[in-house]
Amino acid sequence: MSSKSKSNAWKTFKQNKTLVIMSLPAIVFFFIFSYIPMPGIYIAFTDYRYDLGIFKSPFVGFENFRFLIESGDLLRLVRNTVLYNIAFILVGNIFQIFLALLLNEINNRTYRKITQSFMLLPHFISYVLVGLFVYNVMNYDYGLLNILLKKVGLNPIPTYSNPDIWPYVLVAVNLWKNAGYGSIIYFATLTSIDPEIIESAMIDGASHVQKIRYILLPLLRPTFVILLLFSLGGILRGDFGLFYNVVGATNALLYEKTDIIETFVFRSLVNDFNFSMASAVSFFQSVFGFFLVVFTNWLVKKIEPDYALF
Amino acid sequence: MERIEKSASYKMSASDINLKILAYTVVGIFALICLIPFVVMTSSSFNLESDIIKNGYCLFPRKFSLLAYKVIFSAPDRLIGSYILTICNTLLGTTIGLFLISMTGYVLQRPDYAYRNAISFYIYFTTLFSGGLVPYYLLITRGLHLKDNYLVLLIPGLMNPWLIILMKNFMKSIPHEITESAKIDGAGDFTIFIKLILPLAKPALATVGLFLALGYWNEWFNGMLFLSTTMKYKPLQLYLYEIITKADMLRNTPASKYIPPQNLPTETAKLATAVIATGPIVLAYPFVQRYFIKGITIGAVKG
Repeated sequence: MSSKSKSNAWKTFKQNKTLVIMSLPAIVFFFIFSYIPMPGIYIAFTDYRYDLGIFKSPFVGFENFRFLIESGDLLRLVRNTVLYNIAFILVGNIFQIFLALLLNEINNRTYRKITQSFMLLPHFISYVLVGLFVYNVMNYDYGLLNILLKKVGLNPIPTYSNPDIWPYVLVAVNLWKNAGYGSIIYFATLTSIDPEIIESAMIDGASHVQKIRYILLPLLRPTFVILLLFSLGGILRGDFGLFYNVVGATNALLYEKTDIIETFVFRSLVNDFNFSMASAVSFFQSVFGFFLVVFTNWLVKKIEPDYALF
Repeated sequence: MERIEKSASYKMSASDINLKILAYTVVGIFALICLIPFVVMTSSSFNLESDIIKNGYCLFPRKFSLLAYKVIFSAPDRLIGSYILTICNTLLGTTIGLFLISMTGYVLQRPDYAYRNAISFYIYFTTLFSGGLVPYYLLITRGLHLKDNYLVLLIPGLMNPWLIILMKNFMKSIPHEITESAKIDGAGDFTIFIKLILPLAKPALATVGLFLALGYWNEWFNGMLFLSTTMKYKPLQLYLYEIITKADMLRNTPASKYIPPQNLPTETAKLATAVIATGPIVLAYPFVQRYFIKGITIGAVKG
């Protein structure tokens, strides 16, 4: 029996030989860059020493986590990362839907094409450049913001030492960079709607506003729910490029409002050489992130079974 | 659809007209907000520095000056080196990555491939769970010894699960009968992929290729982590980052011998570097936009 199933397995393998070889590059690639680092998460439970390596460094149990919680760092990082993501997701999606609905009302194709091109531009540039743009608006001496404030007779704001304004700035930058791209996805859903539904509503005398309210918005709901649920899975993952280039990872004056998991991990690794602390935060992020995704997928399955990932 | 809109326009009510006006204005304004920073950056880079400091950035050059460009081109070798590095990296990475991703995407949607679900999950799982930055850092530096090696800019970006999934979804739309009939004619799987599938997958290749090219052109993170600050040539965006954040980068240019440090156009030189580092990708964009919009549309709407 077992020799028979063995020979069957061998037969299947032989039949698929070329396809196996063709998928080999991807198997090897993800093994090296994604699977090999996974056990390294054990560093979170050690007092890592570079000379000893991962598995010879002294084991300290939950000591690193205890320190992170007692110092208040973990709470601050998780709070910032989660709140920023919620703001990005909600503000972003609502504005993208709004834009898509308006784009749908524009009959002039040239106008639509041109405006869409401009709106996609921010998606094409690096966060380094975005950082420069924001600096040009925000810097104290000749930034656009303070020049405007001075012109209307107000005092300039000490931008890079005032944490309170950064949540607004970061949400605005995120919106600026991603709105055009996201609106295409919603717009695509709108154009795939059966024109007969809209036609019959129009014949019945529906206005454009009614069309949006009673036909288009309900039809966008599944796309919105799915995108929302999937971003829920990634809610512990921050956008390092955005925060690092726009705020900088080492401006301690702003940590209270701008430090996210990624910037902390980066700083611990590169500036403080504290591999253990960086790993402990990553461990928290990876493990809880994993459960969040699994939970989200379960939710998706309940709401729209077709969209579940696994 | 177009026809319906027209016939409906005969009886447009006041609220309908208001909605149209709102649509045209809001979309127009947001499009301008997206465009203006690029215009300001370019114009200001051609403006006199002292004027910028006094009156702020400008939409059109108020006092035209080429000084910023003269300063950054006074010692062009680092800039040009970074340019060549980034171009080579983008071309190589996009070509190799595109080949690997399309091959994987094609294989994984073949209904007759016995291990397709297992391998799909193996790839997909890496988006759910990861070891984090520290083990990755140790892998690159101690395991693969890629520190200060330009390959670190190329290899880790070749594939990612999202692009493979996107490609797999595209490949599904190519009828499996093509593969089947070619097999009957005696063609091997690899030949089928190269000769029949690739030519049919052009829109997908354009979209994924653009994503890859953007990733390579805008790469700075791996460079920042794994290339020593002493290395002469950096990826373009990292070079830009250093110009922006390190004041002494510009003070050390040969031009600073002739210009007193207080008159060195540091702000406009940053902008000029940004214009040069960003130009190509923004200029190439109108030519690929058509495929791009089509690509993300097909990839995003699950069908």
